[in-house]
Amino acid sequence: MEWASQLCENRGLGSKMTDSKYFTTTKKGEIFELKAELNSDKKEKKKEAVKKVIASMTVGKDVSALFPDVVNCMQTDNLELKKLVYLYLMNYAKSQPDMAIMAVNTFVKDCEDPNPLIRALAVRTMGCIRVDKITEYLCEPLRKCLKDEDPYVRKTAAVCVAKLHDINAQLVEDQGFLDTLKDLISDSNPMVVANAVAALSEIAESHPNSNLLDLNPQTINKLLTALNECTEWGQIFILDCLANYMPRDDRESQSICERVTPRLSHANSAVVLSAVKVLMKFMEMLPKDLDYYGTLLKKLAPPLVTLLSAEPELQYVALRNINLIVQKRPEILKHEMKVFFVKYNDPIYVKLEKLDIMIRLASQANIAQVLAELKEYATEVDVDFVRKAVRAIGRCAIKVEQSAERCVSTLLDLIQTKVNYVVQEAIVVIKDIFRKYPNKYESVIATLCENLDSLDEPEARAAMIWIVGEYAERIDNADELLESFLEGFHDESTQVQLQLLTAIVKLFLKKPTETQELVQQVLSLATQDSDNPDLRDRGYIYWRLLSTDPVAAKEVVLAEKPLISEETDLIEPTLLEELICHIGTLASVYHKPPSAFVEGSRGVQHKKLTARAGSGESAESPDVGLSGPSEAPPAVIPSQGDLLGDLLNLDLAPPTATVPSVQPSMQMGAMDLLGGGLDSLMGDESDTLGGDIGGSPSMGGGLGVAPAAMPAALGGAPAVGGGLGDLFDLSGGVGMPTGSYVAPKTVWLPAMKAKGLEISGTFARRGGIIQMDLSLTNKAMSVMTDFAIQFNRNSFGLAPAGPLQVLTPLSPNQTIDVSLPLSTSGPVMKMEPLNNLQVAVKNNIDVFYFSCQYPISMIFVEDGKMERQVFLATWKDIPNDNEALFQIKDIHLNSDAASNKLQGSNIFTIAKRTVEGQDMLYLSVKLTNGIWVLAEMRIQTGNPNYTEMELSIKCRAPEVSPFVFQCYELVLKN
Amino acid sequence: MIGGLFIYNHKGEVLISRVYRDDIGRNAVDAFRVNVIHARQQVRSPVTNIARTSFFHVKRSNIWLAAVTKQNVNAAMVFEFLYKMCDVMAAYFGKISEENIKNNFVLIYELLDEILDFGYPQNSETGALKTFITQQGIKGQHQTKEEQSQITSQVTGQIGWRREGIKYRRNELFLDVLESVNLLMSPQGQVLSAHVSGRVVMKSYLSGMPECKFGMNDKIVIDKQGKGGTTDDPGKSGKQSIAIDDCTFHQCVRLSKFDSERSISFIPPDGEYELMRYRTTKDIILPFRVIPLVREVGRTKLEVKVVIKSNFKPSLLAQKIEVRIPTPLNTSGVQVICMKGKAKYKASENAIVWKIKRMAGMKESQISAEIELLPTNDKKKWARPPISMNFEVPFAPSGLKVRYLKVFESKLNYSDHDVIKWVRYIGRSGIYETRC
Repeated sequence: MEWASQLCENRGLGSKMTDSKYFTTTKKGEIFELKAELNSDKKEKKKEAVKKVIASMTVGKDVSALFPDVVNCMQTDNLELKKLVYLYLMNYAKSQPDMAIMAVNTFVKDCEDPNPLIRALAVRTMGCIRVDKITEYLCEPLRKCLKDEDPYVRKTAAVCVAKLHDINAQLVEDQGFLDTLKDLISDSNPMVVANAVAALSEIAESHPNSNLLDLNPQTINKLLTALNECTEWGQIFILDCLANYMPRDDRESQSICERVTPRLSHANSAVVLSAVKVLMKFMEMLPKDLDYYGTLLKKLAPPLVTLLSAEPELQYVALRNINLIVQKRPEILKHEMKVFFVKYNDPIYVKLEKLDIMIRLASQANIAQVLAELKEYATEVDVDFVRKAVRAIGRCAIKVEQSAERCVSTLLDLIQTKVNYVVQEAIVVIKDIFRKYPNKYESVIATLCENLDSLDEPEARAAMIWIVGEYAERIDNADELLESFLEGFHDESTQVQLQLLTAIVKLFLKKPTETQELVQQVLSLATQDSDNPDLRDRGYIYWRLLSTDPVAAKEVVLAEKPLISEETDLIEPTLLEELICHIGTLASVYHKPPSAFVEGSRGVQHKKLTARAGSGESAESPDVGLSGPSEAPPAVIPSQGDLLGDLLNLDLAPPTATVPSVQPSMQMGAMDLLGGGLDSLMGDESDTLGGDIGGSPSMGGGLGVAPAAMPAALGGAPAVGGGLGDLFDLSGGVGMPTGSYVAPKTVWLPAMKAKGLEISGTFARRGGIIQMDLSLTNKAMSVMTDFAIQFNRNSFGLAPAGPLQVLTPLSPNQTIDVSLPLSTSGPVMKMEPLNNLQVAVKNNIDVFYFSCQYPISMIFVEDGKMERQVFLATWKDIPNDNEALFQIKDIHLNSDAASNKLQGSNIFTIAKRTVEGQDMLYLSVKLTNGIWVLAEMRIQTGNPNYTEMELSIKCRAPEVSPFVFQCYELVLKN
Repeated sequence: MIGGLFIYNHKGEVLISRVYRDDIGRNAVDAFRVNVIHARQQVRSPVTNIARTSFFHVKRSNIWLAAVTKQNVNAAMVFEFLYKMCDVMAAYFGKISEENIKNNFVLIYELLDEILDFGYPQNSETGALKTFITQQGIKGQHQTKEEQSQITSQVTGQIGWRREGIKYRRNELFLDVLESVNLLMSPQGQVLSAHVSGRVVMKSYLSGMPECKFGMNDKIVIDKQGKGGTTDDPGKSGKQSIAIDDCTFHQCVRLSKFDSERSISFIPPDGEYELMRYRTTKDIILPFRVIPLVREVGRTKLEVKVVIKSNFKPSLLAQKIEVRIPTPLNTSGVQVICMKGKAKYKASENAIVWKIKRMAGMKESQISAEIELLPTNDKKKWARPPISMNFEVPFAPSGLKVRYLKVFESKLNYSDHDVIKWVRYIGRSGIYETRC
């Protein structure tokens, strides 16, 4: 509150006292004084006091003690005072639920007020008070307001349904508000329609499977009509909702597109982006030879360009989205390169995004201009921006072959500037250029070597060392250069150490006579003095290779390397498709699926683009790789993935260890591995999104796994996909899933407790449906009839999906088996333990209660197989605190059998690797409420006496982990 | 949707905090302060994710507005809303400053309650809002039933931006065509990029609910008419027409009609508003040409010569001309000679600022400067920022001409001829840079 008092002193307090004075009260007895003022008889004084209370609330003071006094001011006909009291109520009602009830009467009365503004105010505020007792009273007024004659009240009531649903979903359903809300879509007032659409969309999101937003051509037509008439915000709600619709044929898509395109001229950028989203999505369903398709493509470019004249924050959002759009449909903006040129005064976040898009749009036609710009940028002030610009020059060289020479000479110019970070960045990209065009630009090596001393960043040092090693035969003093690096070997980062090792081995193979000493030195440094497992392992491979068969070593280490390809940072196609469906939203800004940053079940539905059904066209279209969701993702760097994959499988342990099923490819793998694999392992680092291949052993260690391999798998991000994929395919083919495990029935309700009714049962998941298998036994003397069952709220919203089917009366001593299908859309409440289920069974005699626990594997859904890349990203993203470690003992299973068994219970193996005699399985599970549970399982394969498995489980909701572990154990042991 | 909205002063103290969603706690207020406002380095993104909570922020002078959410909201909408919020506040109490916000905090809370419901933006047109939320407290206690329902129907209605029953004795309208011309030129005089972003701002003082139609020399419209043979001199008008790359309209314009017929028809808000924005890139009249010449004489001296040429009708006058020539950071002294206007070296801005009050078309002027440099051992080269220019000219550099603005109000007894109309063209420099 310091500022407030200062302000008061500084200001001329002469003429007019204004509201800022309320911010100034800081005295000790403040609360007491306020209390007195609130209870004053004078209206003005009361109002002043409430204002002071609100000001204190704003700055974070706790004024909840004044609750009764403030609420007392509520019954007033002064609307301003009323609004202030409401504001207070919304803040504190939750902490004082008992007293909040005092306010109910006023609310209910206000909902009947003749003034529509007051009716709306009451219903709007009531919905914000999250107190159970109050929500009960809210139902009747809300029902009336939803049918109010005044549209202002109706539009407010529509949003209120969403509020109530957030507090108590079941109540909303029971009261039939959802149907009333659906009716409002046909309301005559466009704003009511828009708010109803917004509310329904939000509710539908938390019920992914419900058919709540039952969009059909009729409703779509209504929405499109309202679209022309409602406010800018309403248009956004409607467009965002439209984007979820699935047109039945291309004619319908076209007609929707035609009615949406006028929105592209709206002054509100969000309307424009949402319209772009609808068009991008529905375009997918249009035949490509249609004239309209071409027209539509042309119409999209100008509004996208116009977005760049908006305020910088919006430009940023627009640019992040354009980045996606150019990846999906490069043709739209291919002629618009100039608008992405960076302006001197652009904020840095706009500059960096523009640069990214420039590179994506670079082509032979515009490369000269682009290069001139990039060179200009490389002289700017912001270090990040300059680095990115330099890197961009290298990427242009790789992307547009004709420009390579110009790029190289530009880079050389930049090296001449001697600006430290420019030089280092230039060397890193020149290395990449060498890898794309080998034996073409070696003339520049001399210039590079001149700058050896100024390199202080590991990446640049590693790049330089790679160049020296690769072209050792042409550099006279290569041995001296490398030796100079070797002096401080232990102070170098792992990246540099690994590269130095490889480079010296290369040098040795090229000039064996002079460098024997050097190679021995580096091998001993790597294998004996280093405690980095990556380095050690690589050292041993070389050592063994060199000592057993130097000729083979030469073939392996100096083998011809695959060329790197141009686009190394494209977003993975399935993710790109999902992001296209989220244009304009945060997901498109972060370039992450909503599930990666939204908690709970909301937003975890994966959206997908749907291509034109039943047409072979997608295969002929120019953007084949990106169109159909079913197509295999193109390998980003074609070779590296496989190499890494093989590397991980290479078994370095004694020959007793087995590498299941990969034998034939292993030989090949080893060759490749040493020829190009390790080099590209280093060199590709700049190309992979994830960065650190092998660079962070600590991470591997922290996860409690074999450190040599783990960081590679995690850090490799998209590139390692191919390798892991191969593995998975191999293990996947071994056998059919064995089906989920069903525990034997146990007695849940003994006859003694239930007047002769005995219930035993178990749970099973069959064909994606959870079933509760019950045996009802009548141990009483009389016939039982009229069975019914109900569940209490539970952690995962389990609820009977149908009535308990006991059709015939149950005679004494008779047993009947029933299967009760369950749904997971019931009300949710966290139970202790988590998988506890409280059940009530009724028959003609009485109602009986019991509780049972269901194996949590019941709520593992069938589509719980995570994308490999998503898995890697998610695993990294979940904090290590959430990781739980478990051991499973006495298991006599190999990894394939375990994987099969687990799959039967919807625990899916994403990838498998073998490291040092251990099989590592990477597993994912998805719960019905959308929570993902990831696991890594380590199984000893080499030694039959080891029957222990180690399991580490990571989940955003760590409380689930022990139960998931129980399921693993249960499934594996049975 | 938006979970909460906070306003901070430059120190990071909260002036306004309104939470709309249960998933946003009070700690969010502090998280933003600590991680963004008090962060040491420059803001690297207008969207920040802190502990799975996303913060969107904009700054107005030294006031921070932040919207927070935990959901996958429409990001473009959130920013548009924040801008709108600033507009609404400015329309109520002028400049967005700490003092004004504190003085009007009750009003701001009231507005926030009205224009954002459960995080969903609602009608935020100041015209409509002012009918029932005022700085003198709320109207509405003593309104008649008709007045009340008029308010609600306007707030929710199809024409939310205008109220019924407006009356003026004199029906008058002002049209301003305001253009900013942007240029990036290479030292050799090659246009790297150039575009005009223009706005048509209208001030309308018209009675009733007038139906308006706006026409300009849009190439597509003119060509269409030319084909139909409706214009007398198709050759002439064809030449004068301009190609508009893209345009956006105020929400009063019927977009579907523009899409199908390319006609701009609307019922205008009362008072001042922006009717449309547009962008052109073809056949732009560049009012000035800047010819730089920079010569490095040894390591401690720079010689700069800059010539500007005006390129428009000699009868027109450009005003407020300012040329800004950047100087290196290690400048120790500058000698300037200019033919016209005044030039000064401003050490604090690292630039020579050359000002000319007026300059007619087809003229030329020149400045030359000698810059003394302190010797440095800084290896980094001077970045040579571009030479920038400011000016104002009384024509539209895009070539846009207003052809007509017709007003129809069938219910009241005034016709298009009775309306007094004013049109004005102003071309200003946007980012007008020449690299040197």
